[in-house]
Amino acid sequence: MDKERDSSKSLDGRPITLGELFLGFAQMGLYGFGGVATIARHIIVEKRRWMSEYEYASVLGMGQILPGGNIINMTIILGDRFQGPLGSIVALSGLMIMPTIILLALTTIYDAFAANPDVRAATVGAGAAAAGLIIGLGLKMGMNLKLRPIHLAFAVATFICMAVLRLPFIGVVLVLTPLCIAATFWSRRNVR
Amino acid sequence: MFGDGPIVKLALAFGALSLVSVGGAPAMMPEIHRLAVVVNGWHTNAEFARDMALAQSAPGPNFMMISLVGWRVAGFPGLLAATLAAIIPSSIIAFIVGRLYTRFSQKDWFNVARSALPPIVLGLIVASGVVTARAAVSGVLGFGIVIMSAAIVALTSRNPLVAIGAGALIGLVAGRLGFL
Repeated sequence: MDKERDSSKSLDGRPITLGELFLGFAQMGLYGFGGVATIARHIIVEKRRWMSEYEYASVLGMGQILPGGNIINMTIILGDRFQGPLGSIVALSGLMIMPTIILLALTTIYDAFAANPDVRAATVGAGAAAAGLIIGLGLKMGMNLKLRPIHLAFAVATFICMAVLRLPFIGVVLVLTPLCIAATFWSRRNVR
Repeated sequence: MFGDGPIVKLALAFGALSLVSVGGAPAMMPEIHRLAVVVNGWHTNAEFARDMALAQSAPGPNFMMISLVGWRVAGFPGLLAATLAAIIPSSIIAFIVGRLYTRFSQKDWFNVARSALPPIVLGLIVASGVVTARAAVSGVLGFGIVIMSAAIVALTSRNPLVAIGAGALIGLVAGRLGFL
């Protein structure tokens, strides 16, 4: 697919300048409430037409399989593809700078009113809601993924190791990920 | 500049975390909680929950919770140390692998490995939410807010800010009525 297309250019063959990279990623940072993944797809694929749906899915998949923040990884890979190493740095700065300033402003404003009992009560509620957001994100992902039984078993095992047994993150990831990959290979071979 | 104890600790902790994490910031949350609350005592449980709410209320990558932990521990140098430590090691790997991209994405093993990751990430994320909820919440009201917020995200495509706002409002009213 896309064999003749120069993937360092946009879908219409336009070069993607450093300025456009910065602006595009700044948009993703600023509009990305509760995470950037959804809005990133919209901006990269639909709005700015930097790449096709298929290309985006594989770059994001790459970001997910690598260690670190998956959106950060995707940003580094896209920046490099369009404008080399400098592109990576420019894209990442675009993504992070404004949201960081907003976060610090929000934190400073919050701290100024933290002693107020109303603010304190509201914070308890907001903190509970923030925890709920993460659970909801996981559930939504689970509903969209339509996991095969073997994968569902690994999802449940990971959950139990982390939430019930409270085993260390690093150990859980380093043991369960290879096992899950091996199980996927094994189950595929049996299907064929 | 790296003589300071907390800054070195921040950099080492988040640098190591970034190299082994899969599933992005939501999946990392229990480990961030363990580092900040349990191991180093940078935050209390309540402060951690408060900062998570702040980080979720601002736009941008969920990843910024790490920046905020750095900021709380050592101000702007702490923010820089935590953020850069969490970004640079994994970004170098991403950069190198990105260059080999076309070669990888056509390989069968790569796609199998990719399909094996989401279940792990899913388990990590749900566990993340449960662990942070247990740290943040006490009482029926708190659990009610957790369930409401999870339902808003899972069942609708509303902006997650709606859930945070509703949680804050419920907290405020409950506080006024003397429930908190």
